[in-house]
Amino acid sequence: MTHFNRRQFGFLLASGAATLALPTYLRAQAKPKVVVIGGGAGGATAARYIAKDSKGDIDVTLIDASEMFTTCFFSNLYLGGYRDFASITHGYDRLESNYGIKKITDYATAVDRAAKTVTLADGSTVPYDRLVVSPGIDLIYDSVEGYSEEAAQIAPHAWKAGPQTQLLKAKLDAVKDGEQIVMVTPPNPFRCPPGPYERASMMAHLLKSRGFANSKVIIIDPKEKFSKQGLFEEGWQKYYPGMIEWYGPDVHGGIKSVDAAAGSVETDLDTFKGVLLNVIPKQKAGVIAAQAGLTNETGFCPIDASTMRSENDENIFVIGDACIAGAMPKSGFSANSQAKVAAMTIRSELTGSKAFPAKYSNTCWSLIETDDGVKVGAQYAPKDGMIASTSTFISQTGEDAAVRKATFEESEGWYKGMTADMFG
Amino acid sequence: MLRFFRQILSRTKWLAAAFAAGLLLCSAQSLAADASRGEALFKACSQCHEVGARAKNKVGPHLDGVFGRKAGSIEGFKYSSAMKRAGDGGLVWSVDAIDAYIHKPRSFIKGNRMSYRGMESDQDRADLVAWLEQISLKKPSADANVPSKNAVVGFATAVLEIEGDPDYGAYLSGECVTCHQISGKADGIPSIVGLPKDYFVRSLFEYKTNIRQNEVMKTRVSNLADEEIAALAAYFSSLTPQ
Repeated sequence: MTHFNRRQFGFLLASGAATLALPTYLRAQAKPKVVVIGGGAGGATAARYIAKDSKGDIDVTLIDASEMFTTCFFSNLYLGGYRDFASITHGYDRLESNYGIKKITDYATAVDRAAKTVTLADGSTVPYDRLVVSPGIDLIYDSVEGYSEEAAQIAPHAWKAGPQTQLLKAKLDAVKDGEQIVMVTPPNPFRCPPGPYERASMMAHLLKSRGFANSKVIIIDPKEKFSKQGLFEEGWQKYYPGMIEWYGPDVHGGIKSVDAAAGSVETDLDTFKGVLLNVIPKQKAGVIAAQAGLTNETGFCPIDASTMRSENDENIFVIGDACIAGAMPKSGFSANSQAKVAAMTIRSELTGSKAFPAKYSNTCWSLIETDDGVKVGAQYAPKDGMIASTSTFISQTGEDAAVRKATFEESEGWYKGMTADMFG
Repeated sequence: MLRFFRQILSRTKWLAAAFAAGLLLCSAQSLAADASRGEALFKACSQCHEVGARAKNKVGPHLDGVFGRKAGSIEGFKYSSAMKRAGDGGLVWSVDAIDAYIHKPRSFIKGNRMSYRGMESDQDRADLVAWLEQISLKKPSADANVPSKNAVVGFATAVLEIEGDPDYGAYLSGECVTCHQISGKADGIPSIVGLPKDYFVRSLFEYKTNIRQNEVMKTRVSNLADEEIAALAAYFSSLTPQ
């Protein structure tokens, strides 16, 4: 039971419905091949679900440039001192040994959509029948005047977890009492909407726990409002009075430029200075998505809401932060959820397994202070060609301490579950 | 204190034990166990465990005859492999062992399915164990693995009539296993693997009807049709925890 939308149906007619409707393994005798670019929340989940549920009938290759994956989710807890770096870093070994997935540690540099191959940095090519593109985000450094990849070595973005996160942690640990941290947060849409504000909370927590109550975290935001704003602002007032200052565009009047070496951010209103500058610039889909011609004018990839299939190529699925997922936020949870819809669709096309109507879900937990967790979440389904939300919830201000503690413990349980779901 | 008595009783001659007990009682009267308090404390356990006359297995095994029983040994109950290993390794439910397990369930047997976080107070545990010692002398139900008729009530009974499609359940389960681990491990989020169908269905309906309050679950469940709940129940009840 394979569902095609009108656009794909047009393609079917053009290419000969009879041949395409047959599972690939009946046309070619070889096992069908799925290649997944990107081993994060979307890619690792897609690879694992396709391999696991096809029980060896599909050849799955996972391409990621890293040997180990550091999760962006919970990386703020590492900054706050709640987690060590090893606890947010995971290997691909079980995906290889338990699910027969072939892991290639290299960059995917190009996709030849006509030949259906992926080119690697070493020049070799990997053929596919279906391709899952899950490259996450790339940063548009020059969206902030004065910022660059080089400047990120002084003023880390730490918006892709890994060495940048460790760099930010080292700089954070060096902050002394009375010194100031300045954050520049990104415009929409961006990875992990509550992330910058959880990060500010974790920075303040660390400073406060060291007795540095005279230090400050200043947030210069290009947006007029942000995710879980009421919850964060309530928590900041309660736990970190005077330590976190947030300025929207109606106050600062616009971000003109940053100077990483000087640690300064120039706005219409004033120049803000800190010993630590954390600049999170505007974002776009991971560069391979644009190279493969899967992006539109937004820099992200349009997809079919009921399958996660690229609107530009019927053999390619784009999931996670790189895609335009309607009402879904860019989060690891969303990517994991989208991966399961893509995996089900791909298996049904390649092996004839059952396909069911797409359903998506997301929950984002944030930690404000020890044992004070909050959450926001929703369920989603395709509606009028878009992924639309069908029900939502958010933590309430003024909740009692037991509820907040339970919410934090739930987030820790989710982390274990989520990483087990990604890496086996 | 109760633990200490037991240890002594099991290891020394009666006279010596009585002598030691006599000495200790002088300074330890405040720790005397109160079984009636224990009965009230058991309310937290009764969500998952039955004990007393004709007790049945629910989410957790019944507790009749638990003292002196090998861990993980009730016929037909789906234990975690961690619990079965512990039993095979010689764990028998003594007062000490139950006390230690209830104190810190997750660290006492790593990887077990019980999602209870633990009872901190020594006094509470002593009271609970004292009550359990009395009540668990009763005989369990002859068919302890057949669910109670009243496990599911109201609208939820209609769901039990539906033959759930396990394939559909397997797909829908993708939404559950992001948090509830497919291995059956409970690390801060309850294990739902191998859950009896009726308790699975009842739990989801308790979210639908606001008896259970978790917002994540209420949101997930609000859009689930009866066929979907039946499919999920069919799928998860068919699994065995690792």
